[in-house]
Amino acid sequence: MQLIAQIAFLVVLVAGIAFFTKNIRRVIRNVKLGKKIDRTDKPGERFAKMARVALGQSKMVKKPFSGFLHIIVYLGFIIINIEVLEIIIDGVFGTHRILAFLGSGYNFLIGTFEILAFLVFVGVVIFWLRRNVTNIYRFLGNELKGWPKNDANYILYFEMVLMILFITMNAADLQLQLNGVYHYAQESGVIMGSFPISQFLSPLFEGLSESTLIIIERTAWWLHIIGILLFLNYLYYSKHLHILLAFPNVYLSKLTVQGKFDNLEAVTNEVKLMMDPDADPYAMPEEGAEEEVPEKFGASDVMDLNQVQLLNAYTCTECGRCTAECPANQTGKKLSPRKIMMDTRDRLEEVGNIINKKGSFEDDGKQLLDNYILREELWACTTCNACVEACPIGIDPLSIILDMRRYLVMEQSAAPSDLANAMTNIENNGAPWPYNQMDRLNWANEK
Amino acid sequence: MADAIKVPTMAEYMAQGKKPEVLFWVGCAGSFDDRAKRITKAFVKLLHEAKVDFAVLGTEESCTGDPAKRAGNEFLFQMQAATNIEVLNGYEIKKVVTACPHCFNTLKNEYPALGGDYEVIHHTTFLKSLLEEGRLKVEGGKFKGKRITFHDPCYLGRANNVYEAPRDLLRKLEVELIEMRKCKKNGLCCGAGGGQMFKEPEPGNKDVNIERTEQAMEVKPDIIAAGCPFCNTMMTDGVKNKNQEGNIEVMDVAEMIANAHDL
Ligand code: SF4
Ligand code: SF4
Repeated sequence: MQLIAQIAFLVVLVAGIAFFTKNIRRVIRNVKLGKKIDRTDKPGERFAKMARVALGQSKMVKKPFSGFLHIIVYLGFIIINIEVLEIIIDGVFGTHRILAFLGSGYNFLIGTFEILAFLVFVGVVIFWLRRNVTNIYRFLGNELKGWPKNDANYILYFEMVLMILFITMNAADLQLQLNGVYHYAQESGVIMGSFPISQFLSPLFEGLSESTLIIIERTAWWLHIIGILLFLNYLYYSKHLHILLAFPNVYLSKLTVQGKFDNLEAVTNEVKLMMDPDADPYAMPEEGAEEEVPEKFGASDVMDLNQVQLLNAYTCTECGRCTAECPANQTGKKLSPRKIMMDTRDRLEEVGNIINKKGSFEDDGKQLLDNYILREELWACTTCNACVEACPIGIDPLSIILDMRRYLVMEQSAAPSDLANAMTNIENNGAPWPYNQMDRLNWANEK
Repeated sequence: MADAIKVPTMAEYMAQGKKPEVLFWVGCAGSFDDRAKRITKAFVKLLHEAKVDFAVLGTEESCTGDPAKRAGNEFLFQMQAATNIEVLNGYEIKKVVTACPHCFNTLKNEYPALGGDYEVIHHTTFLKSLLEEGRLKVEGGKFKGKRITFHDPCYLGRANNVYEAPRDLLRKLEVELIEMRKCKKNGLCCGAGGGQMFKEPEPGNKDVNIERTEQAMEVKPDIIAAGCPFCNTMMTDGVKNKNQEGNIEVMDVAEMIANAHDL
């Protein structure tokens, strides 16, 4: 019986991890559909930023209440996972509380886990209330309707259930130890672990028979570990992927001042050619030189974006802090930087699924532009960087908006007409208004 | 006050074989927009007052390309950049000051990779350094005790982390500096950036400048101080829309200092 349990555990564990690995490989493959971008410079600065923003959650606490709760849930999540280590060892070797030899240190650990589990539970309940009962602007956006809202709630339910199982398991275990049951209790009668929370539950189990108690303990134990493995595999389908990706995402985020936008190199080369009086525009390409495919400017689909932008999309946790700060969104425009990220991820998944089915990407008659992100959204952006500043995990929705505008303007000449006029003016007379460049100093002589 | 002000050009300096201490990049708004021209003139007066040896490019200046770039026209942006860099490098310019945060950001951050590497300073930072060097005196004068709120231009504040220079200058004017709910890193845009200045807003339920003006009105200011010609226009329109022209003025920090001096 014991051996069967051990084998069953191993099978579940290996299957859970294998499936998870498969999903992560899929994320990596899809991100690699994007263009290469070099973000390997300044590793020291990048690590420091990652430590501060991802590990230290420095931007989360800008909203003190939700930031504080998030830190509790986050710390709880990480620390309680030390307990998973023991659960795995016990599961594989059929032992009971293998780490108990640590003595008082062990008691301290288990006690801490229990308190954290309780705090996480409370935090998650408050999160649920904030999402479902109160009216918080960033949780009311259109893009959250349907799946994203359910996803957010599923995560919260998952966490609640896991914490309840953990505490139940401990409560039953404590009762079994108190009853001196073989395999659970030590011969000395010394209780392994300390149970500041579950001690209040275990009296409920007092009258139960030994076998019932064991069933309760085993059920909670199994459901807890299976739940964790399920949760791990749920990540890929969920905004909860941020718990892993936030780290590389912050590491790879832009380090320069926010106002500095990238200069397109392909354009630089063309401009150089145009400005260079010695360049021969009709020059034949050298013999044997590869025919150059003219580069597509800007982005109309996910493959035109760079890998960091695609990683951004998978990392987005749909918190809406960006959207809540967006001047366009606040004034009722369709633009929502969160939606830009969600659309990018959805389209990337769609493209990824085509590759899963057919082996490589085949045109499906859809693209990120128009099928997901509307022009009206793109043209509402003031490039103010408020979204970039607000994002707690280093996502840059503005860079995607800009790349899509580049496509619209440079590939399609599809700028709104007033804006197109302003650009014609710049081209012809060096100012966005129709004034003559020769009049540029007239102000000095005006009274 | 009515005399035209003396504004030397780089071409004139070149002809005399001289180089100025700093180039004043006026920008399109500063050159052509009636409201912004008043800011330009106020700043020039301060430059004279502080005996700064400066010049402008005049008719050789052209749009930096900022609106084109943010609208997605990278090609036009880089054409503008190439032209301007040729002129600037031709004059061997080292230091540039400008009263427009958009010009400031573009010249400072996006020109270097294209061959235009200069020390670029926003006029509020420049005025502050003149003050520290003792070349310019800033005193309260008529603004003493007035309630002033500073609207952070996106391309000065969030984009380049310049928050304190304009505020330090305002403090020197002995005003009562009050912050809006959304300020500094969290400041709300005036609605002009990213090419919006030159187009109709997309459908929505309010204009961005109205939202920002309402935020400013919450703190009941006598003056909304700005550091950008576009913000200035947007906030001025917002104040008009709210029928507050009689109560709230919108002024550039440079104008306030010049005004306090009765220049
Ligand atoms: S940069 Fe654009 S999308 Fe981001 S907050 Fe500003 S207006 Fe909104
Ligand atoms: S982009 Fe950042 S701020 Fe916006 S919803 Fe995603 S995680 Fe939140």
